[in-house]
Amino acid sequence: MIDTINNIFGIVNKAIGDFVAGFLPAWVAAAIMALIAIVAALVFLIVVVMLETYLERRVLARMQDRWGPNRVGPWGLMQPIADVLKLLMKEDIRPLVADKWVFFLAPCIVLVPSVLAYAVIPFGRGMQVADINIGLLFLLALGSIPTIGVVLAGWGSANKYSVLGGMRAAAQMISFEIPLLLSLISPILIVGSLSMVDIVKSQSNIWYIVVQPVAFLIYYISGLAEGNRSPFDIPEAESELIAGYHIEYSGIRWALFFLAEYMNAFTVAAIATTVFLGGWQPLPFLSFIPGYLWFTIKAGLLFISMIWVHASLPRLRVDQLMAFNWKVLVPVSLANLVLTGLGVSLWQYFVG
Amino acid sequence: MAEITLHKEQTISTFPMDTEDGTLVVNFGPQHPSTHGVFRLVLKLDGETVVDAVPVMGYLHRSVEKLSESRNYLQNVPFSDRLDYLAAMCNNMAYAVAVERLANIEVPERAEYIRVIMFELNRIASHLMAVGSFANDVGFYYTPFIYCFRDREDILDLFEMVSGQRLTYSYIRFGGVSRDLPDEFIPALRKFLDKMPRQIDEYERVLDTNEIFLARTKNVGVLPPAMAIDYSVTGPVLRASGVPYDLRKVAPYSVYDRFDFDVPLGKVGDIYDRYMVRIKEMRESLKIVQQALDQLPGGDVRAKLPKVFKPPKGDAYGQVENPKGVLGYYLVSEGGVEPYRCKIRAPSFINLGVLRPLLIGYKIADAIVIFGSFDVVLGEVDR
Repeated sequence: MIDTINNIFGIVNKAIGDFVAGFLPAWVAAAIMALIAIVAALVFLIVVVMLETYLERRVLARMQDRWGPNRVGPWGLMQPIADVLKLLMKEDIRPLVADKWVFFLAPCIVLVPSVLAYAVIPFGRGMQVADINIGLLFLLALGSIPTIGVVLAGWGSANKYSVLGGMRAAAQMISFEIPLLLSLISPILIVGSLSMVDIVKSQSNIWYIVVQPVAFLIYYISGLAEGNRSPFDIPEAESELIAGYHIEYSGIRWALFFLAEYMNAFTVAAIATTVFLGGWQPLPFLSFIPGYLWFTIKAGLLFISMIWVHASLPRLRVDQLMAFNWKVLVPVSLANLVLTGLGVSLWQYFVG
Repeated sequence: MAEITLHKEQTISTFPMDTEDGTLVVNFGPQHPSTHGVFRLVLKLDGETVVDAVPVMGYLHRSVEKLSESRNYLQNVPFSDRLDYLAAMCNNMAYAVAVERLANIEVPERAEYIRVIMFELNRIASHLMAVGSFANDVGFYYTPFIYCFRDREDILDLFEMVSGQRLTYSYIRFGGVSRDLPDEFIPALRKFLDKMPRQIDEYERVLDTNEIFLARTKNVGVLPPAMAIDYSVTGPVLRASGVPYDLRKVAPYSVYDRFDFDVPLGKVGDIYDRYMVRIKEMRESLKIVQQALDQLPGGDVRAKLPKVFKPPKGDAYGQVENPKGVLGYYLVSEGGVEPYRCKIRAPSFINLGVLRPLLIGYKIADAIVIFGSFDVVLGEVDR
């Protein structure tokens, strides 16, 4: 029974595939199954982003001693839908002096990698769109593409604030990629595989947050910076640059940036869950809760911790941010990597 | 240093490097979330660093001084509300002090005590706003701001009880206050006095224990005492630089000489000190309110004034220690019902004079925090 609930999506998908295979060639059935998985992942993603915006506003509001959205639907739950409708109906404004194509392309370049990232994330047992053997590398490669979009958005808007924001974003996102990568390599050394599924499986006994607490911390911090979240929201710094690189964007174009930002935030949480928190694997005594729920709960809690940080920390200055990255995070993650490598080799030499 | 030419066409045509030396000229304001109103600062940037800064005032000019010349003395009270709209009581007080000196009006004792209570409560309200919006400038996402607003709300409720207004009170008038305290005011005030010290502790816990906040504010925007005096800076900004100049002590007006309170001073003169001085001043203000409330005498709250108020020929200068600095009213009377001339010394405006030398060399992020630490109100900068 538990196994059935745990694999409900896989079973349903397989049933549909078998049904189609009855009267169509096998490759069509396989394509349809893949398509269903993709659509399911996308729907999950959209729902997650909606919930995230709701949670962010709601939790932030409660932390700030106010109510937050509570008018649309029960407990304000329909607020994200109202927001989307509003954004869709807004006039599409493009500044006269903006570079037409760059202005148009930038949000797409930011959004597409954020969506693609969900191709390799295992939401539950056997629940990933594609299990490729370089899953984590794929994710990290995708993670560096939005930088281009952000810089293009900053440049193409033909606004001085947005140029400043774009430049800041480029500097920040490129610098923080290094500790991000280094912190993820340590667990990979232990697993010996880049496949997300293998990484989750190898944590069936112990989560890597216990083995690699430093790496987790560094990953979390640089993940916040990668996703431009507080206290590293320097590219969008409201009090300085008003909105940074997306200052000239409005309506649905702005919504694309917004969507990408929340997807990225959840991607950061999802990767942290997969690599450090045992992915969809349950705590031993709570194994009746299905894996996909475990994954969502863990990633959701991480996201709420990001909201908490957002509510309680001010913004760093650009030079402080860079100093923090190059003088603290990079050396510490390097040291952690060397120690991990040493530990793994010793383990292999003496034990295995 | 190259001067910024403000009249050059720099709006849309020349993007992005419109200066020959590769610097970027950015119009910070008049519409910008951190200008606290409609202040414009033309920043010349080399990358992120401020090379030059020119403050441009006047977007909120309503010619209050000129208008005052065609209104009678009582009609001018509401104008004073609209100068520093976060400290309307204090502005009322400055105007009242000036008129009283002009016409030699004796103010009843009870009225003086009520004035002190209102004045100090308004100082707390204004400092709350200052600390809250300053925290926003540093980059907090509204959390301290909303905490501050929560408590400012209580003060506004108190003001609403006495004056019926929440922002523009016109409560303190020359010759006293407009009406006596309502019955429910004193219990409500006592409740507030019990609660407030804990709330201030909370702000300190949120802000003072925060590494990033300290890193952003300590040793940034240091204003040396000599420079502060040269630019005739007043208020918390001056005291943060370590200059013990507080009108309530050096030239007591009203009944301030009867209360026991300290004047908090900063040591370094950086923006952290400016924030700290405001926090400490709130505590001192609470002390003053408590003492005034305990000593509150009975009696009348308004001096007897003629229906048609005509001060004798002459001039008078009244100044009070506003939350933002020294607010002065200079009034000249020709013996008529209207002042012949009314000149306002607005602390926010004069404090801004020191902005330009202070900003040069800092990053944009610091420039905004330094500007925020001055706590200017644009209604007062442009009168």
